Amino acid sequence: MTILSLALRRLAASLPTLVIILAGLFLLLQLAPGDTVDALMAQMGGGDPALAEELRRFYGLDISALAQLGRYLLRLVQFDLGQSAIYGKPVAQVIAERLPVTLLLMGSSLSLAFAAGTALGILAARQLDRWPDTLISTLGLIFYATPSFWFGLMGIVLFSITLGWLPSGGFEEVGAGLTGLDRALDIAWHLVLPTVTLALIFLATYLRIMRASMLEVMSLDFVRTARAKGLAETGVVVRHALRNAMLPMVTLIGLQAGTMLGGSVVVESVFALPGLGRLAYESVVQRDLNTLLGIVFVSALLVIVINFLVDLLYGQLDPRIGAGR
Amino acid sequence: MSEPLLSIENLSVRLPSGADRSHALNDVSLTLSAGEILCVVGESGSGKSMLASTVMRLLPPGVTASSGRVLMGGTDLLTLSEPEMRRVRGARIGMIFQEPMTALNPLLRAGDQVGEMFAIHTDLDKAAIREKVLALFREVRLPDPEAALRAYPHELSGGQRQRVMIAMALALEPAVLIADEPTTALDVTTQARILALIEDIQKRRGMAVLFITHDFGVVAEIADRVAVMQHGLLVEEGPAEAVLNRPQAEYTKALIAAVPPLTPAERRPQGADAAPILRIENVSKTYRSGGLFATKRVTHAVKDVTLSLPQGTTLGVVGESGSGKSTLARCIIRLLDTDEGSIQLGDTDLAALSRSEMRREARRIQMVFQDPYASLNPRRRAGELVAQGPMVHGMGRAEALAKARDLFALVGLDPAAIDRFPHEFSGGQRQRIGLARALALEPEVLVADEPVSALDVSVQAQVLRLLDDLRDRLGLSMVFITHDLRVAAQICDRIAVMKDGVVVEEGITAEVFLAPKHDYTRALLAAVPGRDWSAKAAERARQPGRMATASPA
Repeated sequence: MTILSLALRRLAASLPTLVIILAGLFLLLQLAPGDTVDALMAQMGGGDPALAEELRRFYGLDISALAQLGRYLLRLVQFDLGQSAIYGKPVAQVIAERLPVTLLLMGSSLSLAFAAGTALGILAARQLDRWPDTLISTLGLIFYATPSFWFGLMGIVLFSITLGWLPSGGFEEVGAGLTGLDRALDIAWHLVLPTVTLALIFLATYLRIMRASMLEVMSLDFVRTARAKGLAETGVVVRHALRNAMLPMVTLIGLQAGTMLGGSVVVESVFALPGLGRLAYESVVQRDLNTLLGIVFVSALLVIVINFLVDLLYGQLDPRIGAGR
Repeated sequence: MSEPLLSIENLSVRLPSGADRSHALNDVSLTLSAGEILCVVGESGSGKSMLASTVMRLLPPGVTASSGRVLMGGTDLLTLSEPEMRRVRGARIGMIFQEPMTALNPLLRAGDQVGEMFAIHTDLDKAAIREKVLALFREVRLPDPEAALRAYPHELSGGQRQRVMIAMALALEPAVLIADEPTTALDVTTQARILALIEDIQKRRGMAVLFITHDFGVVAEIADRVAVMQHGLLVEEGPAEAVLNRPQAEYTKALIAAVPPLTPAERRPQGADAAPILRIENVSKTYRSGGLFATKRVTHAVKDVTLSLPQGTTLGVVGESGSGKSTLARCIIRLLDTDEGSIQLGDTDLAALSRSEMRREARRIQMVFQDPYASLNPRRRAGELVAQGPMVHGMGRAEALAKARDLFALVGLDPAAIDRFPHEFSGGQRQRIGLARALALEPEVLVADEPVSALDVSVQAQVLRLLDDLRDRLGLSMVFITHDLRVAAQICDRIAVMKDGVVVEEGITAEVFLAPKHDYTRALLAAVPGRDWSAKAAERARQPGRMATASPA
């Protein structure tokens, strides 16, 4: 009950943000030259102005921008994201087809970055200023400084072309007709390179935060108390330091959720994955306004939901937070 | 005396190169027998906490015991392997730390943290551990032991947290208990109860206690034997009664003389009839938390307080943490806006002024803050910090810096030091800078919020004398906020006692101390550690032509 009311409260508080994002994007796209019909006509290899007029009327593009925005928002409150001009299907359906790919990619990348970042961060902090720390910190910096598309391309060159271990792109083997576990394994196999590519960038941030946080927590008084109890070093780290040091990491997940959606645009393009990021890119190129707005809407919702979950998790991890409510 | 349980022999502890001295401890020898409380006293930097850490082998990285032995039951703890030492920690030597706020893991329940002692050192199952912990919580007299098992540290008060710490240290019935300033962070009434608890358990179990403190009042309260330390050296050691009443070493004498007596100093007979310069009338301040959607909570920090400060006197506001005394101070100088009431400075009602009007009036009333380390901007030079106020109020830079120089001389600092940065000064010197900064605007009223509570006792005595002296010379009027009744007795003409935002008693210092009317005032006075000893010490000091008044350290 409390969680539900909390969720509704959070959603209500983020409604203005949602409207501003959508309206802002809508108006911004009006500034770009050309519209959906121009893109369609270009695909058809040109056509006469009368047809263009006809199409504009059909897609509701003949009225003023403000009226279009009003019409869009009015449909939105009825949970109708509109029709995609390019795909000829409801936007909701187009997005629903692409969303699982992105969620899978994001989820696995986030988990990998978080887990590896935590482990390496602890290792670096425990080995402060010795060679493992230097090595981990240097690698972290290299990962952070290198663009993800380059990583992706190099990964393809090395693992797909030279070694032939992993597929170079795609979500699954098309037409193999796999089902059940075989299909899941096939998808996992295809996602190894994209996941690692996307995770490497974020790994560095998690690693730095975990290292700093661990160093700080290990200097706190209760760690000394734990040692004074006669607890062995592993026990001190696992039982007392780890959970305290994780708190900033959890905050970071929420902050990075949005960044990760952005990063997936590049990775999905490099690995030809049919995800939300690539859909967004194609929508921009094709001036598919409804689809683009729909993606923005869903992404914003996704970020809000992730942040809400992070807050709940934070409350679970830190009893002091729950008391404030 | 029985065979010592713990004996420290010629112990030296080396500090890493680059520290301010080469050794934290230098050739220290001490013994601790069963059933006695040995107090190790010293000011900050004396090495007393290092001594505790060395015995527990919990020294910070880079710091090592270079020579000597720590014998316990025939084995030298310094030569044990790490796994062997872990079996000593907690099981044979228990330890209590200073800050109950930070010494407990904020994310684990109190019961689990104490239960961990059994999990580490015994094979008991969960139910048995729970029973043991519950029994311990009863022994340390936690109000609701069952609830305390499930409570997180932040849900317990400071005193309760310290009880949990004590329960933890006692869990495996160690032969030796090391208590490192266990009551320093607590309120005076809580401190009295915790001291009584430690003493009681020590007697019942016949434990040996190594009690580390900076407070001679606490020493007088519980010590059987006393060891005085200075700069890593053992200066004096002996039975408590002898060291406290007939100190031999010069340093011990100076330290004891610097402890402010609880009896009010005789003050010049001014004040009562002087016209009030500051009148606080029916001031209230409430804190509201919670926003648009969250449930609201209202805390009455200050409730309907009326006080007046006669020209040229010092009004002490005493109380425990949460009594609202600091909120009141902040309201007086309008760092906080009051909800109700007026603050009359001369003819001006400060509470009614707009922000910009208040900024102009700010020069008439200035504040000295508690923490001399945190209240000075570390990136500005000391002279600039002092000159900033006059410059804001329109004085030229050269003139303001010249004034800062004069003020440095006035508060007893070298005027040439105005070009230095705050970190180059000691704690006492920083508090003098804070004072110079407040005085730079030539205020009519000075509000001092715990100005000496972060300082060592010898430095504290100097700063108090300076404050007293400045008030006389400059005709200042002062509101002095403190939790320390000894300090209040020395410097205040009048005293207001606050509890839960309300002034429960107000009057001339001597009357409040000698004939307290309110129960709470009596409880506060009764809780001051070592009050009997300091009464006797004051008696003695009066007879042989007054003992040396604290030589500056």
